[in-house]
Amino acid sequence: MAIEFKKRPGIVAYLTAGDPDLATTRDIALAAIDNGADVIELGVPFSDPLADGPVIQRASERAVARGVRLTDVLELAKELRTARPAAGLVLFSYLNPVVRMGMKAFCARAAEAGVDGVLLTDMIVEEAREYLDEMQANRLAPIFLAAPTSPDARLKAIAAVSQGFVYAISRVGITGTQQQVAGDASGLVMRLRQFTKLPIAVGFGISNAEHVKAVSEFADAAIIGSALVALIEKTPAAEAASVIGQFIAGLST
Amino acid sequence: MSASSTIHVTATAAGRFGAYGGRYVPETLMAALEELEEAYALAQKDPAFQAELEDLLHNYCGRPTPLYFAKRLTEQLGGAKIYLKREDLLHTGAHKINNALGQGLLARRMGKQRIIAETGAGQHGVATATVCALLGLECVVYMGVEDMQRQELNVYRMRLLGAEVRGVSAGSATLKDAINEAMRDWVTNVRTTYYVLGSALGAHPYPTMVRDFHRVISREARAQMLEQEGKLPTAIVACVGGGSNAIGAFYEFLPDTDVELIGVEAGGRGTALGEHAARFQKIGGGVPGVLQGTYSYVLQNDAGQISSTHSVSAGLDYASVGPEHAMLHDSGRASYVSCSDDAALKATVTLSRTEGILPALESAHAVAEAIRLAPTMAKTDVLMVNLSGRGDKDMGILARELDLKGSERTKG
Repeated sequence: MAIEFKKRPGIVAYLTAGDPDLATTRDIALAAIDNGADVIELGVPFSDPLADGPVIQRASERAVARGVRLTDVLELAKELRTARPAAGLVLFSYLNPVVRMGMKAFCARAAEAGVDGVLLTDMIVEEAREYLDEMQANRLAPIFLAAPTSPDARLKAIAAVSQGFVYAISRVGITGTQQQVAGDASGLVMRLRQFTKLPIAVGFGISNAEHVKAVSEFADAAIIGSALVALIEKTPAAEAASVIGQFIAGLST
Repeated sequence: MSASSTIHVTATAAGRFGAYGGRYVPETLMAALEELEEAYALAQKDPAFQAELEDLLHNYCGRPTPLYFAKRLTEQLGGAKIYLKREDLLHTGAHKINNALGQGLLARRMGKQRIIAETGAGQHGVATATVCALLGLECVVYMGVEDMQRQELNVYRMRLLGAEVRGVSAGSATLKDAINEAMRDWVTNVRTTYYVLGSALGAHPYPTMVRDFHRVISREARAQMLEQEGKLPTAIVACVGGGSNAIGAFYEFLPDTDVELIGVEAGGRGTALGEHAARFQKIGGGVPGVLQGTYSYVLQNDAGQISSTHSVSAGLDYASVGPEHAMLHDSGRASYVSCSDDAALKATVTLSRTEGILPALESAHAVAEAIRLAPTMAKTDVLMVNLSGRGDKDMGILARELDLKGSERTKG
């Protein structure tokens, strides 16, 4: 169990946990891992996902409406860890559900579930002292976002506290698909590279094999989120795992 | 407050009010917040900026606003003398213009041509649209579709002023959802766009900056009170949604520890979660958490999902509260009570008929608390109400709730 990209580009698959339901998310995650995803990001559904575009907003809303909680996502992570000991597992959450559970309790439970890393969307480096202490105490990798708007000084600070990988946002804006990989992305990865030897994964707007190939030319891994969530939205639950499995397999060809 | 839901902070963290406040935003916005903080600090020290703001506050907005002795209301209640700080008389009809003007001038100074804002009751949206017209800036206002319905007149005003009003149907389609959408716009257009946040909320430097632009309320009121009464008020009452008018009305009185500060939250139609917007309510109220960039009291369920809220007044209908109020609450320097929809409606009628002043439904919550409190106080006591806005915008709701269409004289 570790965050490791064995091939280039590595694939990180984001799933909104509990959409359409927890059992289906589990099956989808297993299929994604078996078809080449190096890391699964389990998204904790939140009522106010202000960094997300319409696709993940809708998925989050459906999961919240079903009553999916952070504790359920931790349980799901544990199941995935048991089923696939070698896969990378990252929890992806807005801060409030974590604060409500308590930072200390959250980090302990995440470690106990066998999670490798955590990304908190609205946690910036300057506010992260307690978070980093608890993550370290539990040997979890804190993953931070780096943005095209982040000046070098911020990138340096982000690189200094990140573990596992650094999440480079391909463009300004919210999550969602786009036609091509933004020109912002390679510039950001190049700037970030000065400050870290960690793998750099590029996300936001990566939705097909062509994008993944483009990312492979300058970064270590591609993060696919909204494209998967949109596909899950329009696929019957019983077929979702095989459809996502095929989709992931097709990304690296 | 449960120990598990606190955030440990360092003493040096930016924009802290005790444990509250801070900056909890997507990384993409951090450079913009840092740029804003720096630009605001420079503007504060720039006499030319301050002079232009002061000139416009006086000649365009109508400051200073009167401190009015409500003689008939006082006589009717038979207790403390009631004074109204008349922010309702400001241009556009509410205190919101103080902040919109300040931030609009700051945006122009920063070279940003595109302005976005969120609005609940529409008063901040109208104020921002007004300032954009005045300064020749492009303006987009996000507003929940539920609020667009109940504050329809303000939607028309914004459009007339040249702003684009974008309806938000996500969630409960009220203020919180409008802020989410405004933040999504900002994160997308951050390089060219200035976000005029309308309350003392959000990530640093907004809570401090918005409070500073509204400090003028208490600066004037303190001097006016000394001039008219020869002493400071016994207590000050203000409604609290995000809390911008209240923090403006409280701020210069904070060192005057004899002056009691009372914030009034929306009690809505019941005490259960979802029926009100009383974040400081003891049972069924908020607990500390992070919403939309700041750490403060938040109405939420035990899984950390943000609760829906209800208030007859769109401007108070919000799940969190400005972080400085959270600090004042915990320290006990200010106290927070709530007032029901019904009491606010009743107070609207009372003030209209005793003083000929129609308060905004938001401000009517403060009036209701004053009506409750004044008879319990001595005749030598002085109670100041911050009358944050006028009620013309609420005529649709009032016509329905008070049955103004049918009978000659209404309930109330």
